[in-house]
Amino acid sequence: MNLMDYIVAAPEIVLLGLICAVLIADLFIDDENRVRTFWISILSLIAMLLVLNATAPDARTVIFSGSYVSDPLSQILKVAAVLFVGIAFLYSRDYLRANEIHKGEFYLLGLIGLLGMMIMMSANSLLTMYLGLETLALSMYALVAIDRNSVTSAEAAMKYFILGAIASGCLLYGISWVYGVTGSLQFHEIAAAISSDPTLNNLPLWFGLAFLIVGISFKFGAVPFHMWLPDVYQGARTPVTLYLASAPKLAALALFLRILVDGLGGLHDTWAAMIMVVAVLSLLVGNFVAIAQTNIKRMLGYSTIAHVGFILLALFSGTEQGNAAALFYTLTYVVAAAGAFGMIILLSRRGYDAEHLSDFKGLNARSPWFAMMMMFLMFSMAGVPPFVGFFGKLNVISAVIDSGYTGLAILMVLASVVGAYYYLRVIWYMYFEEAEDKAVLQAATDTKLVLSLNSVAVLALGIVPGWLLALCIQILG
Amino acid sequence: MEFSQHLLSILIWLPVVGGAALIVIGDDQDAASSRAGVMRLVAFVVSAITLLISIALYVGFDNAATGMQFIEKESWVPSLNVFYSLGVDGISTPLILLTTFITPLVIIAGWDTIKSRPAQYFAAFLILEGLMIGVFSALDALLFYVFWEAMLIPMFLIIGVWGGERRVYATLKFFLYTFLGSVLMLVAFIYLYGQTGGFDLFGFMDAPLTLTAQKYIFIAFLLAFAVKVPMWPVHTWLPDAHVEAPTGGSVVLAAIMLKMGGYGFVRLSLPIVPDGSEYFAGMMIALSLIAVVYIGFVALMQNDMKKLIAYSSIAHMGFVTLGVFVLWSFDGGTGAGLGIAGGMVQMISHGLISGAMFLCVGVLYDRMHSREIADYGGVANTMPVYAAFMVLFAMANAGLPGTSGFVGEFMVIIASFKANFWYAFLAASTLILGAAYTLWMIKRVIYGEVANDNVAALKDLNAREFIVLAILAVSVLLVGLWPAPLVDMMNVTIEQLIEQVGHSKL
Repeated sequence: MNLMDYIVAAPEIVLLGLICAVLIADLFIDDENRVRTFWISILSLIAMLLVLNATAPDARTVIFSGSYVSDPLSQILKVAAVLFVGIAFLYSRDYLRANEIHKGEFYLLGLIGLLGMMIMMSANSLLTMYLGLETLALSMYALVAIDRNSVTSAEAAMKYFILGAIASGCLLYGISWVYGVTGSLQFHEIAAAISSDPTLNNLPLWFGLAFLIVGISFKFGAVPFHMWLPDVYQGARTPVTLYLASAPKLAALALFLRILVDGLGGLHDTWAAMIMVVAVLSLLVGNFVAIAQTNIKRMLGYSTIAHVGFILLALFSGTEQGNAAALFYTLTYVVAAAGAFGMIILLSRRGYDAEHLSDFKGLNARSPWFAMMMMFLMFSMAGVPPFVGFFGKLNVISAVIDSGYTGLAILMVLASVVGAYYYLRVIWYMYFEEAEDKAVLQAATDTKLVLSLNSVAVLALGIVPGWLLALCIQILG
Repeated sequence: MEFSQHLLSILIWLPVVGGAALIVIGDDQDAASSRAGVMRLVAFVVSAITLLISIALYVGFDNAATGMQFIEKESWVPSLNVFYSLGVDGISTPLILLTTFITPLVIIAGWDTIKSRPAQYFAAFLILEGLMIGVFSALDALLFYVFWEAMLIPMFLIIGVWGGERRVYATLKFFLYTFLGSVLMLVAFIYLYGQTGGFDLFGFMDAPLTLTAQKYIFIAFLLAFAVKVPMWPVHTWLPDAHVEAPTGGSVVLAAIMLKMGGYGFVRLSLPIVPDGSEYFAGMMIALSLIAVVYIGFVALMQNDMKKLIAYSSIAHMGFVTLGVFVLWSFDGGTGAGLGIAGGMVQMISHGLISGAMFLCVGVLYDRMHSREIADYGGVANTMPVYAAFMVLFAMANAGLPGTSGFVGEFMVIIASFKANFWYAFLAASTLILGAAYTLWMIKRVIYGEVANDNVAALKDLNAREFIVLAILAVSVLLVGLWPAPLVDMMNVTIEQLIEQVGHSKL
C-alpha cells in the first residue's frame, strides 16, 4: 500500500471528508436557513465532479490489496451518480421546505448513500461490495422514514428494512459459499480460480450463486423479489422516491457487473438461465400490473420493475454488446425516471402530493410546456422514437437477437406494447381531460430550468445517441 | 449546388422546426386573439414554403434515371452502423408531393374552425408533415422506423385533443394498434441487421435469405403495413379514428398515412423478401378482394358520413394491395408493371379524393355538428356551390372516367384481368358497389326536399372553403384527364423494382 493508492481512491475519501463537513456545518444552521445545507451539499457534489475529473482512470487500476478497482466503468457510473444525486437534491428542496420536513439529514443521508454507491461501483471484492451496499441500504432505510409523522412512510421504511435485511443476509450467505469454494473474495481471483479448475463449476458454487442472485434481484427490484418496491415507492415522500429511483439503479448495475460478470463470468451458462426467468417475470408482472395502478408513484414503481426486466435481459445475453446495452439502458432510464419524479414534485405543493394519476388531468391547460416535458419522458419510457428510451430498447433487443433468442425479443417488444398503454394514459390525462385542479404551477427558476433540461435530454439523446452508445461500448468492450 | 444536395433534409426539417417554434412561442388560450392569428399565418407560411421547395424536387427529379436521387448520407449512430440516409425515386416522390400538397390545404381548412389551442394544432400538423416526408425518403431501415413511429405521436394528440366525443378510445386504439403492428417490423429489421451488419435498405435487399426467414420477415412487415393500409381484418381502428378525428386529422390520415402501408409493401416487402412475398401473394390477393367486396357492402350500411368514407377508404386501398400482389400471376408477360403502377396511381388519387371527401363532410359538420346522414337532405337547395363540389368528389370516389379515381382502378382491373378473370370480376364489382354507397349517400344528403330547418338555414361555402375544395377539384380532374406526368415519373422505378423482385434470393 502506498500513497498512490490514496490518490486513486480520492473520490470516496474526499466525499467522506465533505460528508463530515456538511454534518458539522448543518449543526450550526437553524431551520430558517436550512437551504444553506442544500447549497453546501450542492457545492460538495460539484467538488466531487472536479475530483472525479482529476482522478479519471485511463485504464483499470486495482489498489488496496485488490479490494478496490478504478476503471472507466466505475468512472462513468460515479459521475452519473453524483449528477443524479444533485438533481434529486435540487428537485426536492422546495418540496421539503413546503412540507416542513426540510432537514439537514435528507442531504446528509443522500450523500452517505452516494458514498455507498461509489464504493459499490469501485468494489473489487465481495466484502467491499457488501460494505458499500450496506452503506447505501442503511441510509436509504432512514431516508424513507424521514417524515416521522407519516404513517405510510414509516410502514414503507419497516417493509424496506426487514426485506432488505433478509436480502442482505442472502447475499452474505452466498458470498460465504463462493468464498468457501473458490478461496477468495476478490473478483479477478474468483474468476481465475474457476477457469483454472473446472471442477469448481459444480453444485456448491451454484448454491452460493443462487443466493447471490436473490440478493442482486432484490436490489434491482426484480420479480419475484420485488414486493418491497411498489410499497416503498408509494409510501416514501416523493423526493425520497426520486432519490431511490435514480442513482441507486446505477449501483445495482455495478453490483451485477462486478459480481456476475467480473467474478462469476465463467458460470454464465448457469446464471443466465436464472436471470432469464427473473427478467421475463419482471417484464410481464411489471407491465401488466402497472396498468391497474391509479397512484402514479406506484405505477412508476411497477414500470421500474418492467425496465429492470429489460436491463437484466441485456445482461442475460452475456456478450459485450449486451453489457454495453445494459449500461446504456440504465443510464438513459435514470434520466427519464429522475425527470418523471421531478414532474410529480413540481405538481405537488404544501400539504398536497400530486401522486394520483388524476392529478395530471388537464396539465396541458395549466402548463403546456411542462405537459410537453412529461410527454417526452413518458414516450421515452414507452420506447417510442425519437426519444432515447427507444435506443435503449433497440440495443437490448439487438443483443438478445444476436445471442439467438429471437422468440424472447418478440416477447420483449410485445411487452413494450402493453407498457405503452399506461404511459399513454398519463399523456391522455394531461392532454385530453379537463383540469380538476387549476392552480398555477409554482417552482423556483433553477428547478424549472433543470427539469426542462432533464426532459429535453431524453429527446436530445434520442436524436444523437451515437456518442453515449459508443462510450458504453468502449467501456465494456 | 448546396441547396439541392440537402433538398430532402430541408423538406423534412423545415416543417418540424417550424412546428417546434410554434409550440415554444405559441402560448394561446384564445383562438380569436391576434397572437393566435399570427400563429396560423406562420403555420401556413411554413407549409407553403415547404410546398414551394417540393416543387423544386419535382422539377429536379429525373424521370429517366434509375436508382435513388437527391441522395444524402451521413453517419448517425456509428456503433450500430446506422446512417442518416435519404433519397427518393419514382415511388416516393409522388407521395412526398402529395404530402406537401395536402398539408397547406389542411392548415387552411382548420383556419377558423379550431377554437382551442390553435398553435398546438397547427404545430402538430407541421411536425407530422416533416415526419411523413421522412418516412417516404428514408433509405436506412432504422431511420425509416424512427420516422414511422414518431409520426404516431402528433396524430395521437390530434385525434385525442381536438377529436369528437369518443376521441380517447379512438386515439388509444389507433396508437396501440399501429404500435403493435410496427414493433414486429423492428424485430425483423434487427434480425436483418444481424444478417447484413447494417440497417441500409439496399443491404437488406441484397442479403440472401432462406425461404423460412423470408416468410417470417414478410409476416412481420405485413403486420406493420396491413394495419396502416389498413387491410381486412386489421382495419377496425380506422373507422373509429376517422370518425373521432377532427377534419384535418381525418384528411391527413386518409390522404397520406394510409399510403404508408402501401408504400411499405412496395419499398420493403417486395424487394427485401421477394420469395416470401410470392409465397403469400395468393393470400394477399384474397385479403385485398375481401376488402374491396366485403368492406364495400359494409360501407353501404353506414349511417355516419365519416364512417362511410372511412370504409370506402379501406375498399379503395384494397386496390392498392391487389395491384401490388397480382404481380406474380404473370409469367414474365407484359402488364406486370401495370398493377403496381395502378396501385401507385390509386394511392395518389385516393389521397386527393378521400381528403376532399373528408373536407366536404367537415364543411357540413362545422355548420350542423352532425355527421349523421339522416340529419341532412336537400343540402343542394341551400348550398348549391358546395353540392357541386361534393357531387364531383363523389363521382370521383365512385371511379367516374375523367376523374383520378378512374385511372388507378382501371389500371389495376386491367392488370388483374390479365392475371385471372375472377380477380378482375370481383375487383370490378367496386364500380357498382362504390357507386352505390357513394351516390346513395349523395342522394340522401344533397338531393331531395330540404329535410329540416337546420338545413334550410345553411350558408354556402365561404371563400376559404371554396379555395381548398377548388384546388382539390382541379387536381382530381387533372390526374384523371392527364395522368401521364404521374405515370412517367414512376415507370423507370417500377421496371427496376420488377426486375429486382424477379431475382429469387434462394
